[in-house]
Amino acid sequence: MNLDSLTQNSGEWLRAVGPEADIVISSRIRLARNLSSFPFTNRANTHQKAEIEQYLQGRLQKLDIDLQLDYFNLATITPLDRQLLVERQLVSRELANSEGPRGVAVGANEIVSVMINEEDHVRLQVIRSGFSMDEAWQEADRLDDKLEEKVPYAFSEELGYLTACPTNVGTGLRASVMLHLPALVLTKQIEKVFRALQKINLAVRGLYGEGSRASGDFYQISNQVTLGKSETTIINEIRDVIPQIIAYERQARQTLTRESRPLILDRVKRAFGVLKSAAMMTSEETMDLLSSVRLGVNLGLIDDINIVVVNQLFIHTQPAHLQKLLGRELDSEERNSERARFLRNRLSEMDSMN
Amino acid sequence: MKCQSCEQTATVHLTEIVNGKKKERHLCPDCAKQQQLLKQTDMNINAILQSVFTQNVSGEVNALSQLTCPSCGIKYMEFKAAGRCGCPNDYDAFREPLLPLLERIHRGRRHVGKVPVHALKHAAVQTELRALRQQLRTAVEQEAYEEAARLRDLIRQKEHPDEPG
Repeated sequence: MNLDSLTQNSGEWLRAVGPEADIVISSRIRLARNLSSFPFTNRANTHQKAEIEQYLQGRLQKLDIDLQLDYFNLATITPLDRQLLVERQLVSRELANSEGPRGVAVGANEIVSVMINEEDHVRLQVIRSGFSMDEAWQEADRLDDKLEEKVPYAFSEELGYLTACPTNVGTGLRASVMLHLPALVLTKQIEKVFRALQKINLAVRGLYGEGSRASGDFYQISNQVTLGKSETTIINEIRDVIPQIIAYERQARQTLTRESRPLILDRVKRAFGVLKSAAMMTSEETMDLLSSVRLGVNLGLIDDINIVVVNQLFIHTQPAHLQKLLGRELDSEERNSERARFLRNRLSEMDSMN
Repeated sequence: MKCQSCEQTATVHLTEIVNGKKKERHLCPDCAKQQQLLKQTDMNINAILQSVFTQNVSGEVNALSQLTCPSCGIKYMEFKAAGRCGCPNDYDAFREPLLPLLERIHRGRRHVGKVPVHALKHAAVQTELRALRQQLRTAVEQEAYEEAARLRDLIRQKEHPDEPG
């Protein structure tokens, strides 16, 4: 796998192929694991971190699995490439921005990624398109078993997998689902949904995890509790609540088309028009406009573009992707004009195809 | 809709009926909190950590400030400030103050999930290791450094015979 070739496609999770893919973008499982004989990453010195990295990288290569894992050394690749991996959700912002020996092993199709020397020594992630929680868990569980054959994990019978932060101890599991909820935002019901989720101990975050803004009306819903519940219970709790949110979003979409069809149509068409003709475009504005277009496609209000292309535009207009696609580094003003040009070109291609 | 007190988005909407007159208020969560209209319902990890620590610390400051993990050398107070453990053994070393904290965060204090087969096979070794770590702690406390070094090497060797370092 070559980082430059990554930009040519969009990764499995953005292909809009899974169940309920009009609303559920992706389902993700993350497992936090640590080696028992080393200090946690925050307390390890550079030498120990290098040892941990080398050790884990070696074990990952020898895993008895039918999956090719490519390793990227985050300490030596360019900041732009690190940002690219963050935008593709293969690496956390924390890992990209931290220091010292660290890296990520990425499987073909970008479904699996294993971060080394994040807050925990190992952060194993499986991300699937659409509402596919169980498939994601099965894959993560299987990989975790394989890795455990080779790596002595820090584990206590009483407290489970021991992690750097007490909020992850136990299963070390974070199960999350990314949803596109433009109609709940437009009808101002989203806060109500958040409050209900918080009451049952689920967290809501933006597109790029902790502390990130929910741009493009994308929301990640995940568990907070990791101790005292089994993996299956945690996953079921998330899995059971998602259909309700999907139902609310569908209801809100129906209300919008029934009661404010001209307004929504106008919003969608305007968004498409601006994307097709603007001369400067920030990443934030692009996300918001694409969100309206995505809603329009799903409501059948616009047929100039299909959902796969919209999904791809979300990621290709992110700063690092844009720069990789254009083959050079750009400052923020250049990015805004190049982003607008990129969108104009892509969308007029669509026009000529219709 | 904007908050009536500042420029943020209003998410708290309140309708009061005073003397038969309807009065509406629209506020952002911060202003609502300031005006004590909203109870904090978010699960705020830092606030919980802080409150649990404070509870524990009052009264036992001395005992807790003495706590140090023999394995990685982190002091309980350092863990308290950073909110991150230094090594897996901290869960043993700081067990007493940590258990109530875990219970507050997770509303549970015992792992009921997956068990790594490998670790299970080595349960006996784990028990032995815990005893050795306890001996090491005692040795360090008594400043018996030669004995401590011997125990440390023994622990390392038992932990992972095939591992580096």
